[in-house]
Amino acid sequence: MLDSNKDSLKLEAMKRIVAMIARGKNASDLFPAVVKNVACKNIEVKKLVYVYLVRYAEEQQDLALLSISTFQRGLKDPNQLIRASALRVLSSIRVTIIVPIMMLAIKEAASDMSPYVRKTAAHAIPKLYSLDPEQKDQLIEVIEKLLADKTTLVAGSVVMAFEEVCPERIDLIHKNYRKLCNLLIDVEEWGQVVIINMLTRYARTQFLNPNINESLLEEGGGGEKTFYGSDEEEDEDEEEKEKKAEAAVMAKRKPYVMDPDHRLLLRNTKPLLQSRNAAVVMAVAQLYFHLAPKAEVGVIAKALVRLLRSHSEVQYVVLQNVATMTIKRRGMFEPYLKSFYIRSTDPTQIKVLKLEVLTNLANETNISTILREFQTYIKSMDKDFVAATIQAIGRCATNIGEVRDTCLNGLVQLLSNRDELVVAESVVVIKKLLQMQPEKHSDIIKHMAKLTDNIQVPMARASILWLIGEYCEHVPKIAPDVLRKMAKSFTNEEDIVKLQIINLAAKLYLTNSKQTKLLTQYVLNLAKYDQNYDIRDRARFIRQLIVPTEKSGALSKYAKKLFLALKPAPVLESPFKDRDHFQLGSLSHLLNAKAGGYQELPDWPEAAPDPLRAQRGGEGVCACSGNSNIQRHRGPLGSPGAPKDGGEQGLLLPQSKSDSASGSESASGSEESGSGSESEESEEGSESEEEEEEEEEEKDKKKKKKEIKKPVQEIEPAPSPQVTPVNTFLSNSLVTDLEGLSLSDSVLSPAAIAPSSALKNYELLHRITGEGLSVEYCFSRQPFSPDGNMVAVQMQFTNNATSDTKNLHMEDVKLQSGMRVKEFPEIELLPAGETATAVMGIDFCDSTQAANFQLCTHTRKFFVSIQPPVGELMRPVFLTENEFKKEQGA
Amino acid sequence: MIHSLFLINHTGDIFLEKHWKSVISRSVCDYFFEAKEKAVDPENVPPVLQTPHHYLITIYRGKLFFLSVIQTEVPPLFVIEFLHRVADTFQDYFGECSEVIIKDNVVTVYELLEEMLDNGFPLATESNVLKEMIRPPTILRSVVNTLTGSSNVGDTLPTGQLSNIPWRRAGVKYTNNEAYFDVIEEIDAILDKSGTTVFAEIQGVIEACVRLTGMPDLTLSFMNPRLLDDVSFHPCVRFKRWESERVLSFIPPDGNFTLMTYHVSSQNLVAIPVYVKQNISFFETGNCGRLDITIGPKQTMGKTVEGLMVTVHMPKAVLSTNLTASQGNYTYDLATKVLVWDVGKLNPQKLPNLRGSLSMQAGAPKPEENPSLNIDLKIQQLAISGLKVSRLDMYGEKYKPFKGVKYVTKAGKFQVRT
Repeated sequence: MLDSNKDSLKLEAMKRIVAMIARGKNASDLFPAVVKNVACKNIEVKKLVYVYLVRYAEEQQDLALLSISTFQRGLKDPNQLIRASALRVLSSIRVTIIVPIMMLAIKEAASDMSPYVRKTAAHAIPKLYSLDPEQKDQLIEVIEKLLADKTTLVAGSVVMAFEEVCPERIDLIHKNYRKLCNLLIDVEEWGQVVIINMLTRYARTQFLNPNINESLLEEGGGGEKTFYGSDEEEDEDEEEKEKKAEAAVMAKRKPYVMDPDHRLLLRNTKPLLQSRNAAVVMAVAQLYFHLAPKAEVGVIAKALVRLLRSHSEVQYVVLQNVATMTIKRRGMFEPYLKSFYIRSTDPTQIKVLKLEVLTNLANETNISTILREFQTYIKSMDKDFVAATIQAIGRCATNIGEVRDTCLNGLVQLLSNRDELVVAESVVVIKKLLQMQPEKHSDIIKHMAKLTDNIQVPMARASILWLIGEYCEHVPKIAPDVLRKMAKSFTNEEDIVKLQIINLAAKLYLTNSKQTKLLTQYVLNLAKYDQNYDIRDRARFIRQLIVPTEKSGALSKYAKKLFLALKPAPVLESPFKDRDHFQLGSLSHLLNAKAGGYQELPDWPEAAPDPLRAQRGGEGVCACSGNSNIQRHRGPLGSPGAPKDGGEQGLLLPQSKSDSASGSESASGSEESGSGSESEESEEGSESEEEEEEEEEEKDKKKKKKEIKKPVQEIEPAPSPQVTPVNTFLSNSLVTDLEGLSLSDSVLSPAAIAPSSALKNYELLHRITGEGLSVEYCFSRQPFSPDGNMVAVQMQFTNNATSDTKNLHMEDVKLQSGMRVKEFPEIELLPAGETATAVMGIDFCDSTQAANFQLCTHTRKFFVSIQPPVGELMRPVFLTENEFKKEQGA
Repeated sequence: MIHSLFLINHTGDIFLEKHWKSVISRSVCDYFFEAKEKAVDPENVPPVLQTPHHYLITIYRGKLFFLSVIQTEVPPLFVIEFLHRVADTFQDYFGECSEVIIKDNVVTVYELLEEMLDNGFPLATESNVLKEMIRPPTILRSVVNTLTGSSNVGDTLPTGQLSNIPWRRAGVKYTNNEAYFDVIEEIDAILDKSGTTVFAEIQGVIEACVRLTGMPDLTLSFMNPRLLDDVSFHPCVRFKRWESERVLSFIPPDGNFTLMTYHVSSQNLVAIPVYVKQNISFFETGNCGRLDITIGPKQTMGKTVEGLMVTVHMPKAVLSTNLTASQGNYTYDLATKVLVWDVGKLNPQKLPNLRGSLSMQAGAPKPEENPSLNIDLKIQQLAISGLKVSRLDMYGEKYKPFKGVKYVTKAGKFQVRT
């Protein structure tokens, strides 16, 4: 039919083909027949052919080329819509051969008269980038040009392209910042989302933290002052007052004045809270949360609560974000407490999230209302939800001391509930609560001991056993009896329960060996032949530890101390704690894991980067004359493509990793604590084994290099707190050794350290960007004597210019908190063609965050940053041969 | 951004797929099916799923799953909002959004999806713009099309996208110029056992149907705009004027649209139009229970309550019901355990009552919680918050339009705990 002359037949054929594509069937063998029709006059046929072409061009690259000329013709069409659609289809065809054609077409379209065509060009940029990333530099130029565009149509699309191609090139935004802020309200809604998210990041790098003084003052103060005005004027008033109050405070400190551009951003985004698009509202909310002074953040609460009326998926996302916000800014949502009340018709996942928010909002004043709500929830038919409610009650009880007893009584009543899940959950929570003040509640423990006969849920049984073991002194009569019962049923229990039985046996043996000696032996024997190796291990371990034999080591003396040590009460924390280091509203935040392409939200700078602000042009910066302009201010920021300036790219990955790791650890830790002390101890054992392995690896390396060094801190986040003591112990002793060896200060002088050929050199400043001055650096792996915690960085300055460079020094060091830098001594004169070296020290605090500073000569300043590669973060330490051997043998 | 879209029906068949970048195998949906299996209830499937290489963001609308595949960081709400917009567009085009309808119009659907996203980034989502490019199918047109061989795709290229007001097309002409506004308010409330209000608020929405020639510029003002606590607008509304004068000034889109939604603060006392006396109890022995519900008017401002309906999600153990309704009729769905009592108009003289016995599964324990009642109702000619439109002015055009405002109050999420 496709070969027919009649359009209607062709149309019918194409419709069938498209229907096939839609169902996911393969229609690629029709390719030649379809491609012929690309020049068809009928618009609908043409459109369907485009659909087909875009879908299959990748598979049939050669044939797809046949159609290209048609599009090229289309690009020259006088009608802007045809030009745009030709560019759209052309750029959607993923065939690498046509990359140059595409590039040309995009460049042309970017300076098209019609804003619609320019918009399409902006859309085409990420397509080409994904096809051939090597075009990046050229594409950045196009983006730069389009960013200067003043129409609302283009703004959203080009920022989207910017985010996909070169989000690290924050410098491109400076000139367009004010324009983007002003256009924002008229941009289409999807563009608004992208622009707001980008501006949030931008503002974080360019402005000062508006809460910097407050956060110092209000640290620890629970009740933040927030404002929920419905009225704009009032709001303004309040702002003024707040300002005055702030001003008074700040007179003492370094005064903070909000950058007018910062204010502009906040003012221009505020109306968008009224958008009908939930994504826009969320974007503005996160912007306010991350950027606004504390007093102004309150305005977003109302808008977010409004979103709770929307579809359940929207609710889900919004509630997640609200949960994170409530941890930091509880006051903001308190007036809306009732909006988070749960309806029986809500889906379970929404219920659980609302519960989370309610729990976060609980404080002394509203706890009674919240608990009354919780009482209703406990009776719900949705058992998962009931379990979550019980957890929530537990958290309220730990956070708010006054209601602890009430909660506990309520939970104890639940123990007589008919539903096993409810009882089990209550037991687990009660266990946690009891751990805080066991003395008062021995009757509850007794009550729970009776429950072992009935409860079948393993976790709950384990919890009860742990409780009895832990507080066996409070219930001396019951405990052995429980053990007797459990010993009887040992073989039928779940693993987790078995472990606790062994645990209980051990503890009882230590406190009351007269009654329980035989029982313990019996249990241990059973465990010895258990199928699970964990249990066999545990049994063996405990037998060695508690049963005194002539072989048993020094440890058995301390067995009692080990088992019956006071354990710190678990901290029941919200799973949303610390999530706010992800940008709110982002996918990464929702998943609590870094998603691909996530751009880390940078920390506030310590000082406003003044030189950049000057470039933030007003509305009227002209686009076309921009080129030379652009070239100029790209200079100080490092060559394009190199991830130097801003340090955006790899910046904070390890940081977030370790955070999330520790977050999940604390969560799992609190869950696990049911399995009691032994698990911790065995963990320690395995941990230290790992440690040894690592050390051994290190030692191999050392042997090869014949340099005696010792890594003091692994780069990986320490997986367990138990590791640290081992570590510090070692390092401490090593440091003292180091001191004994007395290093001369001459290390600082450049000559003392000869560059070793094995070390990798990194480029700090290219000679072109540096106008003749090039700087390379390497991690010399030598001790940095002024401060043992610092890593020595050796820099090699080469003057390639024809004139001399004077007064080389560094300035304006910007670091993440905790990091420190020891600057290199100023180099007074670097004659043309000469090379000089200098050593500086940087304490990276064991993170891989970059150290940013300015490198100044007598004429110019260059922004540079040093980011340590993972392997270079070590502290060299001198050991004597004996010590080395000792370490190796350890 | 959005890589691919899969439409999945509730039995788990993928019946449509569309890719905006490279093709992604439909096996990626297996992760979703796994999650769906686990969740039991389709509403409980997590909207965002993480798989080794992709992220799946799903919405559930009209018994269909719209599953989008994402590869890199993107605000999840962005995707969710967009997917809902897609579903809205289908609804707008075909009258409903169901598997059958989508299958029947698969080509139009495909064309729509092609226009709405470009390389995964939203391009044209305004229904006015889309309708210019792809005409919605009507019976008349499909007849004409088969006879003449003309197509659904607009011959003229759309211009709306190019203008500053993308929501309105140029050159609109009507013989009858009319503008109607419906003020619809919904009461969200939770009442507890004894009938006291735990929580109540009013959510309102102004739906507009504007058929006016040319480029009219409308201004809508209220008698008591102070009532409105929180508002959100259609993009056409000028926010500055609202800030300064509390009037809605806008150039309307053509046809039906939602002008604004608002929220009346819960600080103001919310009038609850009905009261409910209920007594549901289950007996410890005998596997039965009793149910007795009476509804009466409370604060109705002298209007009649219509469309009264009570929905009860019964505990799983309830096998059947044996009830008598003094008014209206009731149904009990055995599979979903939902009892629906359709009362109709509320007569203040003779209060409707539903009573009788419930029979339970033998041996099942007595349910601990009584099911809560969801109430549905409607009151014509009343905005329960007291909001009143004072006037509508038109500028920019010479003719005199017909104007009308209608008020309706409905029950939103109105729940009575028992």
